Amino acid sequence: MTDCLIAGVGGQGTVLASRLISSAALARGLDVRGAETIGMAQRGGSVLSHVRMGRDIKSPLISPGRADVVLAFELCEAARASGYLKRDGLMVACDRVIQPASGYDPDAMRALLEASVPRLLILKSGAIGAACGIRALNTAIIGAACARGAFPFSIGDMEKIIDERFDADGSRMNRAALRLGETLAAAGEDREGRGERHGDD
Amino acid sequence: MGNEAIGLGAIRAGVRVALGYPGTPSSEVLETIAGERGGGVYVEWSVNEKSALEVGAGAAMAGKRVLVTMKQVGLNVASDPLMSLNYLGVKGGMVVMAADDPGPISSQTEQDTRHFGQYAKLAVFDPSSPEEAYLMIADAFECSEAIGRPVLFRPTTRVCHSYASVEPLDALAPPEPAGFGREGGRWVIFPRLARANHVEIERGLLDLADRFSSYPGNVMRGAGRRGIASGGVSWLYVLEACGETGDECRMLKISTVPFPARLGAEFLQGLDEVLVIEELDPVIERELILLAGQRGISVKIMGKLSGHMPYAGENTPDGVRAAIENFLRPRCAGAIPSKGEAPPSAAAPALPVRPPVLCAGCPHRGAFFAVKEAARGRKAIFSGDIGCYTLGNALPLDMLDTCLCMGAGITMAQGLSLAEPDALNFAFIGDSTFFHTGIPGIINAVFNGHDIIVAVLDNSTTAMTGGQTHPGVGRTLMGRPAPKMSIYDVLSSIGVNDLRRVSAFDLAASKAAVTRAIEARGVRAVIFEGPCAALSKKEGRSGCMVDEHLCFGCSACVKKLGCPALSFSGKFARIDRDSCTGCGLCKSLCSTRAIIGGDER
Repeated sequence: MTDCLIAGVGGQGTVLASRLISSAALARGLDVRGAETIGMAQRGGSVLSHVRMGRDIKSPLISPGRADVVLAFELCEAARASGYLKRDGLMVACDRVIQPASGYDPDAMRALLEASVPRLLILKSGAIGAACGIRALNTAIIGAACARGAFPFSIGDMEKIIDERFDADGSRMNRAALRLGETLAAAGEDREGRGERHGDD
Repeated sequence: MGNEAIGLGAIRAGVRVALGYPGTPSSEVLETIAGERGGGVYVEWSVNEKSALEVGAGAAMAGKRVLVTMKQVGLNVASDPLMSLNYLGVKGGMVVMAADDPGPISSQTEQDTRHFGQYAKLAVFDPSSPEEAYLMIADAFECSEAIGRPVLFRPTTRVCHSYASVEPLDALAPPEPAGFGREGGRWVIFPRLARANHVEIERGLLDLADRFSSYPGNVMRGAGRRGIASGGVSWLYVLEACGETGDECRMLKISTVPFPARLGAEFLQGLDEVLVIEELDPVIERELILLAGQRGISVKIMGKLSGHMPYAGENTPDGVRAAIENFLRPRCAGAIPSKGEAPPSAAAPALPVRPPVLCAGCPHRGAFFAVKEAARGRKAIFSGDIGCYTLGNALPLDMLDTCLCMGAGITMAQGLSLAEPDALNFAFIGDSTFFHTGIPGIINAVFNGHDIIVAVLDNSTTAMTGGQTHPGVGRTLMGRPAPKMSIYDVLSSIGVNDLRRVSAFDLAASKAAVTRAIEARGVRAVIFEGPCAALSKKEGRSGCMVDEHLCFGCSACVKKLGCPALSFSGKFARIDRDSCTGCGLCKSLCSTRAIIGGDER
């Protein structure tokens, strides 16, 4: 069983990301169950997508402290979702900041995240945006998590799903982002990226 | 998605007519049917739930299988025809899907449609998962046809908006619609007919209660002297906590109204204690208590009524697990670690809340801001309504004082004007809501000579629920062109003479229009036009930018508009290029003209 939580701001595309991940797991013959935030929160509020892959899944919701992997498309939402992660779970986040009306300090938020999440990879959204366009940020995050073995499918499986889902241009952009995510995961400045293993592994 | 499963299940069951009014979490059912329909299925976004139900009633009287979809508060709007239709009955199967929203996540109330079913004397089907919903919608059609009455189908948000692997099954072959027959006045409700049919309805419910005891959606398993009763998505949380078998306790899952009395009594026999886990109202709990009383079964039944389960809000897998642990092993409560790991113990510092906001480029922002500026210094009350523009309540706009239900802003403003005659009484209403239930309120205002200013926020779509068509759009759900109804002409023909139409992005013109409306008396209206940003995206406009040589950091644009594309770096305003649509509203606020761009391409 792999429990994946996707956190972001309404409008960022968490629903599409969860559909890509679910499709890849389904193509592998796994059962998938999950839940989306649809409605008012989609207008720029905090949104969560739950994706549960495996066998004999009952609840569509992941409970706090039980997610194997958390993908976060925004820095503050990464912190908000961190409580869902297992102690040895992997979080792939990005440094994209979408300020809520009350505002926050990105450096402090990053420090908070680094202090509370042992297995944390924060991708630079600016670099991804420059290389593939910001709309492909989510796919790069999926690619990085995939490269870290977070999912019950490979990057190649995800490429097939991307080809099915997008037109030629979209497919090219998302494939590039997926592979960029893979590269960034390999070159990550976190402990795993440097080849160190986490103590609990 | 659950709603897709329901739509596909309805197609499988041979639905011929599918209608509704959009409302979270119900909207995707009709969209699925519209996207998948083969020949002969008619789909329609009706102007409101009452219209949808009545169009459906006509088709079902003539033998068609009909699905009507809405959210739970939509059922309130449709309740008048539904209550009476049950007394008349139907020939074709008629399923009224009302999606409940525990939490609530996107609703005004936590009302329980199962309870509504009991009140209206209707059968209710309550699926626990998308795959069950896929099968159950066909059962609902068959049941409706068998008893000759409409039935309710009540999924909740976590069924509608969750997803699961669903195996598609072969289409069923429902009977061919018989067509309309007068049948000796069967379709004309009169007190005498209502009285006779009331007897039939009660008899039918008793019969159903018995038949539902062997319905596969109602399940009993496990053994022991303690029992857990549940239904809806909570049943999945129970299974996750207890496992499929129930080796520690007896388990009961209920998915119907009327309550399957025989099965319920079998469940209660030999139990000492029962914990009932359900969302919204304690419907199953009350039924079990009633049954225990009727049959003289000595058993302690715990749930919402006894204070063992929370009354409000949705259940969670963790909450259900904790309740079950506590129920099965009360003496060691707290000593037993729950399965899996505890959440990180380090107390997380408070994070900034992120409430939903009007999108960058939303035309409503300009309309709200224009009214705010024009009414500055005057005593004013701002009545709102249901839609994206309810988000006008958020800081810094802070432009809603009331919001009740669809169409109520216009009428409540009239009541407020009676109590506060020296205030400006504004009513904000969106285009889809205007057609839904706004028009009668305006007629009331003109007829009775009320003193209100109606601000119609026309973004040419039903935005909050994902962009559905309505009479002002010029297209039906069937994809056919339709006459594009003009809100201006409607208001004008009602007799609203003080009437103006402006672009919501033209701040100066908008303010001038509101100022003139403020100076007048009686029923005045300003229609603010501008396409929904979520639908039009960046078509044809370049994004705006801040010229840092000119910006002196007053941050007026950031502080006054609350546009999510605008932020303040500490020195200068900043515009997020990825979200800015180039609407240019912020340009009209900048005293140093530091914001550039937003030009037509």
